[in-house]
Amino acid sequence: MSEEFDPKVIAFCCNWCSYAGADGAGVARLQMPTNFRIIRTMCSARVDPEHILSALAKGADGVIVLGCHPADCHYIGGNYRARRRMALLRFVLEEYGFDPKRLRLEWVSASEGDKFQTTMSEFIDDIKGLGPNPLKEVA
Amino acid sequence: MGLKDKIMGFFKKAGEKMEEAAIPAKNEKPAAEKAEESMDDTPIAQEVSPKAELPPELKALLPGPPPGGKIKFAHYWGAGCGGCDVSLLDINEKILTVNDMADVVFWPIAVDGKTKDVEAMEDGEITVTLFNGAVRNSENEHMLKLLRQKSTILVSYGACAMWGGMPGLANLHNTKEIMDYVYTKTPTMKAFQDTQSEPVFPQTTYQAPEGELHIPVLYDTVRAADDIVDVDYYVPGCPPMQTSIDVLLGALIGHVYHGSDLPPKGTLIGASEKTLCEECPRKKENRRIEKVVEPHEIDVDPDLCLMDQGIICIGPATRAGCGSPCTIAAQPCRGCYGPTGAVSEQGASMLTAVASLFPVLDNDPNIDEDEIMKIMSQIKDPLGYFYQFSLAKSLINRAVKEKGGK
Repeated sequence: MSEEFDPKVIAFCCNWCSYAGADGAGVARLQMPTNFRIIRTMCSARVDPEHILSALAKGADGVIVLGCHPADCHYIGGNYRARRRMALLRFVLEEYGFDPKRLRLEWVSASEGDKFQTTMSEFIDDIKGLGPNPLKEVA
Repeated sequence: MGLKDKIMGFFKKAGEKMEEAAIPAKNEKPAAEKAEESMDDTPIAQEVSPKAELPPELKALLPGPPPGGKIKFAHYWGAGCGGCDVSLLDINEKILTVNDMADVVFWPIAVDGKTKDVEAMEDGEITVTLFNGAVRNSENEHMLKLLRQKSTILVSYGACAMWGGMPGLANLHNTKEIMDYVYTKTPTMKAFQDTQSEPVFPQTTYQAPEGELHIPVLYDTVRAADDIVDVDYYVPGCPPMQTSIDVLLGALIGHVYHGSDLPPKGTLIGASEKTLCEECPRKKENRRIEKVVEPHEIDVDPDLCLMDQGIICIGPATRAGCGSPCTIAAQPCRGCYGPTGAVSEQGASMLTAVASLFPVLDNDPNIDEDEIMKIMSQIKDPLGYFYQFSLAKSLINRAVKEKGGK
């Protein structure tokens, strides 16, 4: 293993808020680590638990799901579904033996480029603290 | 007269005939000896059931040996409970057809075949082998590979063979933890271990005066049959339903007697592409629930969807084909027909279904994630419950251990 752990993080961003927020962070040239790959989804509720498990199974060190703030969902209630689903998925990950901090759910609106920056920086720091995905060494 | 009565009548008649034959005539050997002799060369069934006399219903059941001679049939269990073996006997009178069509060459729970008999066979000599149970130890793996080699058609039979089934839940622990618990922590074993100077565990090899003894090695990870060998067909279920077995037998009978084509390789026998909800006769009102309940805690409405009543039913994430006997009987679906064709994770589909069952609260915009965790913690052991049949075949098929960062 290399000296410096360089995590790989998958970020699911909803089309209406968080993806625009990420865009905003980019346009404003806010500095942040480059360890994440964004996957744009129409809504945070579009993120099936299977997508997250699949990301982890393929070696992602962390997964973050970003959506509109509660009451701001483009589809009225998508994020309410998403947060319940993520809560359950977190229990599942815990039962598997993962640190539940590897999965995070955050609300980032289209105007919150700075929140996107801080959220991602914090999350990647957290993951660095957790170390590599425990599945990686098995493979 | 029902078919059953006819069959009973047929056997009664056959029995009378045999009794007549058993009365010894003068200058003849006693009946017992005679019977022994006749058993050697001619099977009794042929003596007492001349095909011309059979009523049409029985003719279909007793088609006689196939044109190319009886096929060879085997049924083996890996890490399973034996329920799959028994399910084959659930087909009632059709077992007679199996007997006409096939010689059972190996079926440890029912007939006295030995591993060395199978080893002595030519490759592909067994026409069809049903393999049930997961692969959990070295013996399971060895037998599965051996039967694959000796069989033309290998059927992954039942939930354990298909996705590891309930034995697959052992993947949440490893062998050491399991052995440690079973041999030191369980009350009966603890009492024994207390009498020993140090804990005693079963060894996989042992030097006895007569020679070295081996017992199978328990694996850390339970696997499905098709993780180890190539599988031709799948029959889901815990155990497979009669209707599925009928379809499988029908295909075999058609092939063996009439040369019709077998289903394409990889077919899930007796399963549908839809979810159980499509098949379940209960009325769905898509209600939201506040509280999760067990069936015995409430008066279950006989017509309303179980989920609408707060009972966690795995039907929305499960493949249909069984005819939903459980939900009809007011028991929630356990998910033994596995994930549907469109998804690879049965448990993940179920997480989505369950999460949507809880209502959006008036104060939802203002509560934080901890509050949501509290609501969702009503679902106990989601991994063990939603993956109870498919864990060993899911995207993450076993427990992991965080190593920690630097």
